[in-house]
Amino acid sequence: MRYPFVTGGSDFIQGDEAIARAAIMAGCRFYAGYPITPASEIFEAMALYLPLVDGVSIQMEDEIGSIAAIIGASWAGAKAMTATSGPGFSLMQENLGYAVMTETPIVVVNMQRGGPSTGQPTLPAQGDMMQAIWGTHGDHMLIVLVPSTVQEAFDFTVRAFNLAEKYRTPVVVLGDAEIAHMRERVNIPEPEEIEVVNRKLPRTPEEERMPFGDPDGDGVPPMPIFGRGYRTYVTGLTHDEFGHPKTVDREIHERLIKRIFRKILDNKADIISYHEYELEDAEVAIVATGIVSRSAMRAVKMLRERGLKIGLLKLDTIWPFDFDMMKKLAERVHRIYVPEMNLGQLYHLVKEGAEGLAEVTLIDKIGGEVHTPGEIVERIERGERR
Amino acid sequence: MNFKSAYKIRDRYLRKDMLPTIFCPGCGIGSVLQFTLRAIDDLKLNQDEIVWVSGIGCSSRVPGFVNFDGLHTTHGRALAFATGIKMVNPDLKIIAFMGDGDTAAIGGNHFIHAIRRNLDVTVILINNFTYGMTGGQVAPTTLKGLRGTTAPYGQFENPFDIAELAVAAGANYVARWTVFNYIQGINSIKKALQKEGFTLVEFLSPCPVSFGRRNRMKTAPEILKWYQKITVPINRARKMSQEELEGKVVIGEFVDRDRPGLVRAYMEYVERAKRIAGW
Repeated sequence: MRYPFVTGGSDFIQGDEAIARAAIMAGCRFYAGYPITPASEIFEAMALYLPLVDGVSIQMEDEIGSIAAIIGASWAGAKAMTATSGPGFSLMQENLGYAVMTETPIVVVNMQRGGPSTGQPTLPAQGDMMQAIWGTHGDHMLIVLVPSTVQEAFDFTVRAFNLAEKYRTPVVVLGDAEIAHMRERVNIPEPEEIEVVNRKLPRTPEEERMPFGDPDGDGVPPMPIFGRGYRTYVTGLTHDEFGHPKTVDREIHERLIKRIFRKILDNKADIISYHEYELEDAEVAIVATGIVSRSAMRAVKMLRERGLKIGLLKLDTIWPFDFDMMKKLAERVHRIYVPEMNLGQLYHLVKEGAEGLAEVTLIDKIGGEVHTPGEIVERIERGERR
Repeated sequence: MNFKSAYKIRDRYLRKDMLPTIFCPGCGIGSVLQFTLRAIDDLKLNQDEIVWVSGIGCSSRVPGFVNFDGLHTTHGRALAFATGIKMVNPDLKIIAFMGDGDTAAIGGNHFIHAIRRNLDVTVILINNFTYGMTGGQVAPTTLKGLRGTTAPYGQFENPFDIAELAVAAGANYVARWTVFNYIQGINSIKKALQKEGFTLVEFLSPCPVSFGRRNRMKTAPEILKWYQKITVPINRARKMSQEELEGKVVIGEFVDRDRPGLVRAYMEYVERAKRIAGW
């Protein structure tokens, strides 16, 4: 397999470009999108590369059509992605729920910008975290990854495809305008160095008949592909293991939805990824994700130099959320600071996890600027002097 | 055309475990489904190379009753989903079974753009002038003066002519019939299924329960008789004035042409891309 970009070396590229290249190396061969700042460069890169690797890149009439097209593509057997920002992500929510309900592996990238509404199109924000987790209606479960560097934008996109295929679920890559447009050095592995996971296919006639069964007990049904003779019926209605609509049966609805939850929650250890810095002896902790975690890391170094025993827990995955880990952290420290580029979203998850064992303090900032390390230091010093 | 027994068609193409259908007495969807299955049977198409796609509504439940791959999607979006399926596997034939509200209201944008792209798909459109599943609200096709629960005193808006819209947007084949036009309907579907690009066969289809009841046509035969009154064959319509056509619905073949479909256009684009990139 030949790629129309550097592999097995480093390149100096934007986050958007890194996401596109990672998608192609993870096996993505279908992209549907609609132009939007700051995610358009993902589409432009896919439009440049996909035809050369016999993939399809198509501009749809809106973001609703974009996510619809990638779900269709996935059922036809392709790994598929779309990318957008806040307004488009809002439009995608209904079909994101359809992907959850029909257990369709897709990757949806949301490069967050200031909102609500048209907001600050060119500036970064983290205001869509709750939307990424809870944006579509009904009880649902999906995976949300948050990159903090251009390298992570690459790595997490590969991971997003693998998780989507492994757990037959939509995965959201939640970046921001800063990651989208910032250029950094990225190490792009050789193709054979990249782990690529492919979905389970039906292995027996029994499994062919049950596209929503659980033959392996892991909650993940093998996925039939259209056009291969399985004659699969897929619906967003509540359905039984055979895919037949069963819309007024309480037990079937509960069994379906709980399995969709279980397949993710029972595999939290595999899905959740995080990094700890200087937490061993910490009395105070910062919990951060995405671009802000870089300022937070610097703030930890500055505060350590000033004698404060502080560490950072950087979350790569914000959903599923490891509430137990947060409780354990809260048992070890007396206060947890949560810097984020919104008026408090991750903060609520951390607070729920901490169960009152440590005080949780929000360091909010909106308006399109990332917290500087100095701002985080100042807020923490003020807080610790109290 | 062969006149195989309907039981043979049923046994060959329907999923027994999904029957009975959800359709009300007098509903026309079953007839149009039969036309479609007969067209497939006549053409001896491979059942495993056809995917049925639909949105939301009574007619959108059809893919669940047929023994093919099927994707029952969200309201109005069937053609956007179909775009992904067709572009990934151009060997598959896509049948989008859609309703008038699904197609022309919530899905209007996807509809015109799928046609503009000339997406290779055959749309079988059930036009019953109403939202049947939700209980008889007016649709973008409801003719002026007809009643629905959301215009209980008679529709005051202008209707869309979906077939004309499809012609204007660039479809390769467009025909409209009523469920009464059995032979023409099957022949049109056969033609549509064999063509490249976007093809549409629209059927005026009775909905006595949600639509007829509110418009003094409580049974399907009454609605069929009304169809006879309001429909005009396209050849005659061409000689009629705008005023004479007011409140009428034209039936027949609207267009039959051979513009390149989306798949072919994209294949050529890929070749051009590789040439330009020196790939």
